[in-house]
Amino acid sequence: MENPKEQLEAIKDMRNLMERSSRFLSLSGLSGVAIGIFALLGLSALYLKLDLSPLHTGFQEKMVALDGNYKDDIFQFILLDALAILIASLAVGTWMSVNRSKKLNLPSWDPAAKRLVINLMIPLVAGGLLCLIFIQKGELAYLAPITLLFYGLALVNASKYTVDEIRNLGIIEIALGLLAFWQVDFALLFWGIGFGILHIIYGLFIHTKHQNK
Amino acid sequence: MIGELNKAFESRVRLGIMSILMVNDSVDFLTLKEMLQVTDGNIASHITALEKLQYIEIKKQFIGKKPNTSYLVTNAGRKAFTEHLDALEKLIKLSN
Repeated sequence: MENPKEQLEAIKDMRNLMERSSRFLSLSGLSGVAIGIFALLGLSALYLKLDLSPLHTGFQEKMVALDGNYKDDIFQFILLDALAILIASLAVGTWMSVNRSKKLNLPSWDPAAKRLVINLMIPLVAGGLLCLIFIQKGELAYLAPITLLFYGLALVNASKYTVDEIRNLGIIEIALGLLAFWQVDFALLFWGIGFGILHIIYGLFIHTKHQNK
Repeated sequence: MIGELNKAFESRVRLGIMSILMVNDSVDFLTLKEMLQVTDGNIASHITALEKLQYIEIKKQFIGKKPNTSYLVTNAGRKAFTEHLDALEKLIKLSN
């Protein structure tokens, strides 16, 4: 270990170990694309069910004006729709990231992955509970801004433990969540941008950037 | 200049162990092994050496009923490793 070339190699090694041991780097970009498509499909289903279009401004009005059986029906639909998106996304995200770990010859469930999941879950569970409170109060229109905002907070919180791009994605989701709170009529449109289009864009970005690593 | 390099960090495995411990609160044996991809005996001997120098600390605890041994870097270890890296950096700058 006397010549500079070997020293440089050693330093590269160390840098690599520091990063790999503290971050979960096998996050699959393509699963982000798939998740974005699921979100857009789920959202389209809701638009059809509510008989709205993305640029229609009557969302909040419509949600407030719902009554009786129809409201229960819509509520059930939103719940099933959201659950379907969530389950499909978790399944694809986990499956593709585990595959990628295998390909990169990295452990898929190591302390870094655990930290990533825990830090992601804290804001997400808080947001989920807040959603339940709003559902109980019958304020269905606010579910879109709440999910955006808390998802963004979760991403920023977890970004320390995975690829850097996640932090910026989180910040944009937070901004979209606030916009959606402000203009609830357009909440679904913001939701579609945040969960659909951004996932696709960031997914492709992460995929191309980290593909060869 | 070379005198500043710490002999204790001359092996790749030791540099690896220190690098991992520097950026994590504590790391268990299995994770170290997976990260460094070397044999149990090899890691164990380097851990013992680093522990003797008081650069790392061993933390034994139970997770459920299973004993779990993890390792963390001491303040002395952090200082020694940082100085070693600084020396490496100087050496490389000098040779350029």
